[in-house]
Amino acid sequence: MAGAPSAERSAGRALAGPAPAGVSGDVIRTSGLTKRFGDRTAVDGLDLVVPRGSVFGFLGPNGSGKTTTIRMLMGLIAPSAGSASVLGAPMPQSVGAVLPRVGALIEGPALYGFLSGRANLVRFDAADPTADPRTREQRVAAALERVGLSAAAGRKARGYSLGMKQRLGLAAALLRPRELLVLDEPTNGLDPQGMREIRALVRELAADGTTVFLSSHLLDEIEQVCTHAAVMSRGRLVVQGTVAELAARAQGRLVVRTADAEEAVRVLKEHGVTDLRLSDGSVDGLPPEGEAVLPVLCAALVGAGVRVRGFAVERGTLEDAFVALTGEGFDVAG
Amino acid sequence: MSRAEAVPQGGAVAAVRPRVGAAGYAALFTSELAMTFRRARTIAMLGILAALPVLIGVVVRVHTGGSRGEGPAFVAQVTQNGLFLVFTALAVTLPVFLPMTVGVVAGDAVAGEAATGTLRYLLVAPAGRTRLLAAKFAAALVFCLAATGVVALSALATGAVLFPLGEVTLLSGDAIGVGEALLRAVLVAGVVALSLAGLVAVGLFVSTLTGSGIAAMATTVVLVITVQILDSFPQLHAVQPFLFTHQWLSFSDLLRERMYWDNVLENLGLQAVYVAVFGSAAWARFTARDITV
Repeated sequence: MAGAPSAERSAGRALAGPAPAGVSGDVIRTSGLTKRFGDRTAVDGLDLVVPRGSVFGFLGPNGSGKTTTIRMLMGLIAPSAGSASVLGAPMPQSVGAVLPRVGALIEGPALYGFLSGRANLVRFDAADPTADPRTREQRVAAALERVGLSAAAGRKARGYSLGMKQRLGLAAALLRPRELLVLDEPTNGLDPQGMREIRALVRELAADGTTVFLSSHLLDEIEQVCTHAAVMSRGRLVVQGTVAELAARAQGRLVVRTADAEEAVRVLKEHGVTDLRLSDGSVDGLPPEGEAVLPVLCAALVGAGVRVRGFAVERGTLEDAFVALTGEGFDVAG
Repeated sequence: MSRAEAVPQGGAVAAVRPRVGAAGYAALFTSELAMTFRRARTIAMLGILAALPVLIGVVVRVHTGGSRGEGPAFVAQVTQNGLFLVFTALAVTLPVFLPMTVGVVAGDAVAGEAATGTLRYLLVAPAGRTRLLAAKFAAALVFCLAATGVVALSALATGAVLFPLGEVTLLSGDAIGVGEALLRAVLVAGVVALSLAGLVAVGLFVSTLTGSGIAAMATTVVLVITVQILDSFPQLHAVQPFLFTHQWLSFSDLLRERMYWDNVLENLGLQAVYVAVFGSAAWARFTARDITV
């Protein structure tokens, strides 16, 4: 069983010294995690492993069960079946011990509109019984600084733009040094500049050794910042691994740049290239499996008198991987 | 996963849990208090409660010399002694205005935070569900004290301005000095505030049932009114002693030379039962609830 060795591991480490359980192990581990709402299964038998120190992209279309999973991990809802552990302790039983070491942004920010940005953070910090009241003011100021909200900190939160609210939500997650940051769609509502800033912040935090669990429906976002990723579809985990591994799963596309595009399409089709697409001055398609076929294709094109100006196999993207894995477009709701 | 495996894991984490102590623990209660009294809504309600005794005082003053033996409790005594305005004001506000404000505060306590989504951030802070509920209950009780205090102080000030102050003739006919009378006023105000404790627990319970603050507030206020209507039907005599409003006006028993405590204690005991029952229900509901908003 997956649970038994991890229990031994964390118990052993706690005896060995003050280091928290699971220092080099997994920050999040779920086994058969399931949540049903009535007869609808939102999350179905999830086995998720998030290694320490990773920037973990949790990917899936809207409605694929990402937020429900995060709510279970944070102890907000109880699983219908299966188990989850965060920082080596079972959830939701260990909420009080685990969550002070976790910063979370769940399904967008939620703020007290009648309080200033600063007072909002003071409120959330006061809710943590392990947060030191003596350092509260400094920590709040530092968190505001970090997300670039210092100038607006005195304004009532109801006057904030969506992007500012998102930043304030992030600041709440950064009130204390955290071992794990759970960020659910952190760039929602931000303009491109804001998105870049948040991604830079995530990289910075990860460089400090914080494990970041980032959910998103934006594939390029995951590709840009994540080391690992898991893909959800209709409540099920489709695949998980490093981003490089996942992208490698996607078949590369053969791209031929030529002026004789129509002739090239005919030749390539004869040699088993599928899904051919013709665009201005180039042809691309999925070549048959294996490296050996490429010289043959090239020779065939030249032999047929196609003036080949470029011949390359482009690396697969996560989007290709997702389409290959699920057989569906990414924006299909589960 | 068996429970036996979970124990060492939880224990290992608890051992390294950072400790800040009582100050960190009390912070949520202080924060909750600040939140309650900072809202424009709360300030407006306290303002209305402060205005009511002034209104009563002015009406009684304008109509002095009119017919006696009508109107709210103690109103006849008010013209003789301004101190009685405190008791009149409490008797007038206790059935409707005070419970309405308490219903708003207690009903909105959990549901309002659930509706805006701030509840999930308090819980992942982690506030702890039991601790959060306890802080909200305590803050609502403080609001009861504040609301009652505002009525009493406003009535005292109005009474002092509009009517003579002096020896107070009690309901039993005995007279006591102003100092002792003030002590009695404080005692009565305290009993009135505690009379609302049961309602606070009911409101909190309603508040854990729904994700809409408005619905919880409305339900609580409607409940107060319904219970008082039921309390007025002679046919329901058998159940009336169990209604939390039944002995609300028993505080007048404390305005006799020898204070008559039976009904007051019965009232406070009933409030304690309501707090225990609905407090437990609220706790059971809140600690098991899926926070999906």
